[in-house]
Amino acid sequence: MLSRLPSGALKQAASATRLSSPSVVSSSRYASVRFASSRASSSSNAFESLMNSRLTLASATLFTAGTVAWYAHLYGTLPFIGEAHASHLSDEGLHPVAYPWPHNGFFDSFDHASIRRGYQVYREVCAACHSLDRIAWRNLVGVSHTADEARVMAEEVEYQDGPNDDGEMFQRPGKLADYMPAPYPNEEAARAGNAGALPPDLSLIVKARHGGADYIFSLLTGYVDPPAGVEVREGMNYNPYFPGGALSMARVLFDGLVEYDDGTPATTSQMAKDVVTFLNWAAEPEHDERKKTGIKAVILFSTLFVLSVYTKRFKWGPIKNRKIQYNPPADKTGH
Amino acid sequence: MSFAITAYNTIFKRNSVYVGSVFAAAFAFGIGFDSGVTAFWDSWNRGRQWKDIRHKYVQDEE
Repeated sequence: MLSRLPSGALKQAASATRLSSPSVVSSSRYASVRFASSRASSSSNAFESLMNSRLTLASATLFTAGTVAWYAHLYGTLPFIGEAHASHLSDEGLHPVAYPWPHNGFFDSFDHASIRRGYQVYREVCAACHSLDRIAWRNLVGVSHTADEARVMAEEVEYQDGPNDDGEMFQRPGKLADYMPAPYPNEEAARAGNAGALPPDLSLIVKARHGGADYIFSLLTGYVDPPAGVEVREGMNYNPYFPGGALSMARVLFDGLVEYDDGTPATTSQMAKDVVTFLNWAAEPEHDERKKTGIKAVILFSTLFVLSVYTKRFKWGPIKNRKIQYNPPADKTGH
Repeated sequence: MSFAITAYNTIFKRNSVYVGSVFAAAFAFGIGFDSGVTAFWDSWNRGRQWKDIRHKYVQDEE
């Protein structure tokens, strides 16, 4: 818009504003305004010579090249230029469906019966390969199990403790304060037992994967035969939700694999839902308390906000609404 | 108007009484607000929380 105006226009406009001021317009000022467009040529000459100079050209070129280089350095690609990729969208993994989890809403707590069933699925199925390092037996108390149940479960596992008075390490039954036992003593053993693939620790897996609970549910229930033309290596399994399509974990959940003590039919999707709810709790044990505190915080802060708006309007009302009347001083010279 | 006078004479007249009533009101509001939100939370999540299913698993104590 500005670039389309003649170069003298700016100066003309500046003179025009000066003209509109309520002072008396002298004839010389008027003449300077009247012929402003022709008289502005001296400054417009300087402007044009600036725009046409080699220095301006060189610096603009340098600026452009520098910006492009900076962008390329920052983002790794040139701006506004398309790229050809050798990859396919299936390499990113299928996006999971958004499932209606019972704990999805702002006010919804976890379904703790589901957490309890999910723990059973984890213990009987997943724990054969996956550790759960950050969850202790005591964390289950008051969430999915009573203290007595958790104590009995902990005592079934032997933990190494010590040293005793003789400096020897010894084995003892687990206590509530012990953390969940890992299936493998170290990462190398885990890789060796799974054809080189490391089963990830599941404590924070819901937070650690794009799509969270939806992704893990889709992964657990999404095993299908590879489509025509897709080669899956020996020992790998095809799953469209897994980035790359092939993963080392085979399908593990089949109908009736576990027997729930509350009589829920153990279908594949039921077990997947329960274990994902359990893992979601493991990743966010503060979830219920957080939402409850959030309700309180939203109520209190919105009340305080409304109060502050009201107080502001109350205090500013007289100032905003007043009218200033100006009485000019009486002319005393006439007396 | 009589309410304003009563309020002034009982609460605002002496600073010690005023500060004391502020603390007492904060204490009472804290408890009331907390139990109100908890009641809403429990009714909204009826049957889902641990305290709703605990009776199925707890053993008789002695």
